[in-house]
Amino acid sequence: MRIDVPDPSLVVLVGASGSGKSTFARRHFLATEVLSSDACRGLVADDPNDQSATEDAFAVLEFIAARRLAQPRLTVVDATNVQRPSRRRLVQLAQAHDLFPVAIVLDLSEAVCRARNRGRPDRDFGPHVVRGQRTQLHRSLRGLQKEGFRRTWVLDSPDQTEAVELVRSPLWTDRRADPGPFDVIGDVHGCHAELVSLLGELGWAVASDGLSAAPPGGRRAVFVGDYVDRGPASGEVLELIMRLAADGHALCLPGNHDAKLVRKLKGRDVRLTHGLAETLDQLGRAPTGLRDRARDFLDGLVSHAVLDGGRLVVAHAGLKEAYHGRSSGRVRDFALYGDTTGEADELGLPVRNDWAQDYRGTAAVVYGHTPVAEPRWTNQTINIDTGCVFGGRLTALRWPERELVSVPAAREYFAPARPLFTLPPGIDPDRGPSTLDVEDVAGKRIVQTRLARTVTVREEQAAVALEVMSRFAVDPRWLVYLPPTMAPTATSQRSGLLEHPEQALAEYRAAGVARVVCQEKHMGSRAIVVVCADSDVAAERFGVTDGSAGVVVTRTGRPFFDDAALMSGVVERVRSAVTSAGRWDALSTRWLVLDCELMPWSAKAIELLRRQYAAVGAAAAAGLTATARTLEQAAGRGQDVGELLGRTRARADHVEGYRDAYRRYVWPVDGIDDLRLAPFHVLAAEGGVFVDRDHSWHLDQCDALVDAAPDWLQRTGRRYVDVTDPAGQDEAVAWWEQLTAAGGEGMVVKPLGFAERGAKGLVQPGVKCRGREYLRIIYGPEYADPAQLDRLRGRNLGRKRSLAVREFALGVEALERFVRREPLHRVHECVFSVLALESDAVDPRL
Amino acid sequence: MLLTLTTTHRPATDLGFLLHKHPDRVQRFGLPFGAAHVVYPEASPERCTAALVLDVDPVGLVRRGHGSTAFALAEYVNDRPYVASSLMSVALVTVFKSAMSGQCRTHPELAATAIGLEARLPTVPARGGEALVRRLFEPLGYAVDVQSIGLDEQHPEWGDSRHVGLRLTAAVRLADLLTHLYVLLPVLDDDKHYWVDQTEIDKLLHRGGDWLPGHPEKELITRRYLKHEASLFHPALDRLEASAVDPAAQEDPEGALEERVLLRDQRLGTVRAALKASGARRVLDLGCGPGALLRLLVQDGYDEVVGVDVSSRALEIAARRLRLDELHDDRRDRIRLLQSPLTYRDKRLRGFDAAALVEVIEHLDPPRLAAAEVNVFADAQPATVIVTTPNAEYNPRWETLPAGRFRHPDHRFEWTREQFAAWSAGVGSRHGYRVRHVPIGPEDREVGPPTQMAVFER
Repeated sequence: MRIDVPDPSLVVLVGASGSGKSTFARRHFLATEVLSSDACRGLVADDPNDQSATEDAFAVLEFIAARRLAQPRLTVVDATNVQRPSRRRLVQLAQAHDLFPVAIVLDLSEAVCRARNRGRPDRDFGPHVVRGQRTQLHRSLRGLQKEGFRRTWVLDSPDQTEAVELVRSPLWTDRRADPGPFDVIGDVHGCHAELVSLLGELGWAVASDGLSAAPPGGRRAVFVGDYVDRGPASGEVLELIMRLAADGHALCLPGNHDAKLVRKLKGRDVRLTHGLAETLDQLGRAPTGLRDRARDFLDGLVSHAVLDGGRLVVAHAGLKEAYHGRSSGRVRDFALYGDTTGEADELGLPVRNDWAQDYRGTAAVVYGHTPVAEPRWTNQTINIDTGCVFGGRLTALRWPERELVSVPAAREYFAPARPLFTLPPGIDPDRGPSTLDVEDVAGKRIVQTRLARTVTVREEQAAVALEVMSRFAVDPRWLVYLPPTMAPTATSQRSGLLEHPEQALAEYRAAGVARVVCQEKHMGSRAIVVVCADSDVAAERFGVTDGSAGVVVTRTGRPFFDDAALMSGVVERVRSAVTSAGRWDALSTRWLVLDCELMPWSAKAIELLRRQYAAVGAAAAAGLTATARTLEQAAGRGQDVGELLGRTRARADHVEGYRDAYRRYVWPVDGIDDLRLAPFHVLAAEGGVFVDRDHSWHLDQCDALVDAAPDWLQRTGRRYVDVTDPAGQDEAVAWWEQLTAAGGEGMVVKPLGFAERGAKGLVQPGVKCRGREYLRIIYGPEYADPAQLDRLRGRNLGRKRSLAVREFALGVEALERFVRREPLHRVHECVFSVLALESDAVDPRL
Repeated sequence: MLLTLTTTHRPATDLGFLLHKHPDRVQRFGLPFGAAHVVYPEASPERCTAALVLDVDPVGLVRRGHGSTAFALAEYVNDRPYVASSLMSVALVTVFKSAMSGQCRTHPELAATAIGLEARLPTVPARGGEALVRRLFEPLGYAVDVQSIGLDEQHPEWGDSRHVGLRLTAAVRLADLLTHLYVLLPVLDDDKHYWVDQTEIDKLLHRGGDWLPGHPEKELITRRYLKHEASLFHPALDRLEASAVDPAAQEDPEGALEERVLLRDQRLGTVRAALKASGARRVLDLGCGPGALLRLLVQDGYDEVVGVDVSSRALEIAARRLRLDELHDDRRDRIRLLQSPLTYRDKRLRGFDAAALVEVIEHLDPPRLAAAEVNVFADAQPATVIVTTPNAEYNPRWETLPAGRFRHPDHRFEWTREQFAAWSAGVGSRHGYRVRHVPIGPEDREVGPPTQMAVFER
């Protein structure tokens, strides 16, 4: 006997003790696929035959079965299952996971069972047990189908059992092995002429009678259903699609109108509304036999199709992820009628839950059913019913190209209940005010990035970021990027220094990077500027409709300015520089993301400077001055305080150096004119993320902006260095010495290519070499004291460097997803993860 | 950091006997955080000065694990090595132990006598400024001279530092002067370098036993000296520059005033009543904070009470206060805490009968309020929603609230009655809720109640 088991499904073995279920299971299934009640009794009670543990054993069995079916994986239950209540629980379990339960019954004679049990010392129960089980089994046999088992097979002799050939067949919905390419075609509704014209557009050769066609280059059509009703030529449409299906050129899915027609044609009592009467008329005029052929064809259609390795799912009314590749009444209902609530709106149309809004799967879902003005990707789903029969268009999606092709309707065949144009034009439904779900960010997550493969965010990091993001960050629709942290260069051993450029240059040389750029490190605060050409662009591209046309955020995603007028003023200045520099056209974009430094630091950090930096300086200076004076007096008395006095004076000098260091970050800011902005990366625009351009391109673009507004934008000083050329390196070091001697913060060394790879993956996107004086405000006023400096050299950079690379990859990924117009939650995931990683405990002085 | 002690009591050099430190010798004492030196810059029969010089090792101090603040670099860039704080107290009790306890074998009478003494400290961190310095030392009989220290002579516009130079003069026993400094320097600083535990209470009783009970500021001294319970400081949050808004303070920042405590109780009572009246069985407390309302709701027999807050710290405190881990199973099944921000959709919040948002919406930036609105009224969709928020018109009635300031530093807005009514009406019509408004607290004829409440019903 051939047993054809659907895979996945729940296989229930039924048979008395000794009927050979376990042997059968061992032969035909993987050990891990088989859940045995005896084994579960052993798990909970240390004895596979302890009948008192049966209830707990089945709880364990069902728990494991549920997890396997959720995966989904084929699962076999090896238990007697001769009683109806125990089978009912398994049937319900399979149904809860929208998979088929099937039964394999081993109906072997009492003699055989008893003979087998005799050979097993642990089965010394009396003959009445097996007899009772067989009686219950026979009582059940007839009703198995009715109990909900999709298929049942009965084996009634050892020979027959021995001869079983067991094969597994994928579910009908599982067409993952079919890679396409496909032309997915929306709701036709009897619009035969438009279908013929669309196929022509798609390159199909349609026969002159319009009833058959040949595809171009191995393509196949996938129809989302609703072939009939309301339109003028339902019969011709059916003839054509049946012919294409028969020729292997098309895969047809059922729509709700088709299902209703089937019910009518099967003689059920169906109300002749929504165009069904016209369809019946048209079929009545068609050649004889069409009605029956159409009935059988449509009746045999499978609810949905999973195609192309699981990357594409097509269903008439869409399908939520939990139902992909599964089969049950409710899966079919969802696929045909959508996610309805059972309520009706004021026009009598069903109220729908927005399953697409909640969709987070990776497979693209293509569907129709509800006419829309414009097909639009929402969370990897797209509705391509453009209301042809209502005078709209008939649309196809080319897969895997994801191109949309459509033809206009010849006329309006049927008046729609509500206007097709229900969405305000231009607003992306993915970017509404409430499209982010807490599940998009909370908990542990693993983010796939193009540059660094996967980045893992721990649950507690996410919890911290959740609070910060929701309480302090700007509107997430503006937040398309956060900058990575940057590691300092390896520690220098030079006397008096903690950092020096030679280590940075050596690092890149060792990593195989030939050319680097040394950029002046500005003395301000990091600022990410998003600027749009106007507020319409902000609305269309970012979904922000409050009239603003850009934003400036800090490195942690907060608004850079509390004052909205100042914020828009800064954005306006950047916009006008972009305009005068002609960058909109040069970069073919209407928006830009710029990475900048905003000066002075005191503009953002005046309170920190005053309360922390100045207060420490004032206290230290006052204390050390008084101490030195007292010690001088004591020395005057001949007391031996020389060493203490010398150290006190040296400390006072360090403190003066420290006060000078923070003072360089202060200048008065009375308004926007006192600010300076130094752009150094042009991160992204409509055409792409510019990580493929080297830093000289970025700096050239930034220079063009600076030239357009030289009084307000500040140029970034730079040196390009060949790390194998000693003269060039000397020149860069000399430049660094000159910058830092004047109190400058130092410089950042970056590989010339934006994202370069070495032997171990991405190299550091940049390392900073900070000046000796500047580090006083990081490591403390007296860090440069030789004794302290030696202790500080033992710093560990590993964690910071690893974070820098992961955050860099996440930031770039966020921009790339945004440029690809992926939904907000996909962009937000990356930005959120940068913030989450930043909550990691890393020495803040690095 | 430096302390000088001067006497003009003749012969002044007897100061050396009282301190047990010879005026002609330089002495060094090792301390956990550096070294202390005692030197005498002047020593004549007319006038003698002893100087205690603390040489604090800044790096060593960091490695000992100093507490922290919202400023990530505070461990490295701070005033501790340079000012007279609790480190000075440690040095005093180490170096002048005998003198502090009034022992002097050679001059016992002098040790027991009030003599003319002057103490100078060039940098004292004084939270509370000159006024507090005077309130602390003047009742003990000192003439107090306070010199302000400018933050930065190049930036006079920045004003003065919280540090002051201090000179105290009095006829006083040396032991008393040292003890007063020992207790009051950390009180002025209000920031100890070590954690406070039971032994601190014993120390305070020991050192302040005879003078503290009569001091008019004894409560402040005790509170600051025994710096209250471990801080709620959360290092990870502070690395993200989250201004450390203490969730306990958030519960009611204006709680210091009796009438405001009363108002808080009235607010919680009113919300509690409105929830009962709604007939709800399963309720949400959205923005529950440390659980003030939850503690009432768990007594009201609901089938389920869920406290929701974005702050995991607040939820930890709430769990502790509700003693969640000690509840019996049947009660524990009826209360849950969830971390969730209102600005993200959360399916776990669906299917409840009622939700309360007590003093929550004003903590949301106006652009984010729209997202919270959709998530609560369109997605979670409880049949009843109760929202309370301050009535900005009432603010001038709070005498202690400076004009134009919000009631809490984290408030993003405070609405007038008209603004709140307009928002409520909009929410009602957008999401199909009926709205009624209920005043909370004493209703002023002109400006209305201090707190306004809206009850939305579907």
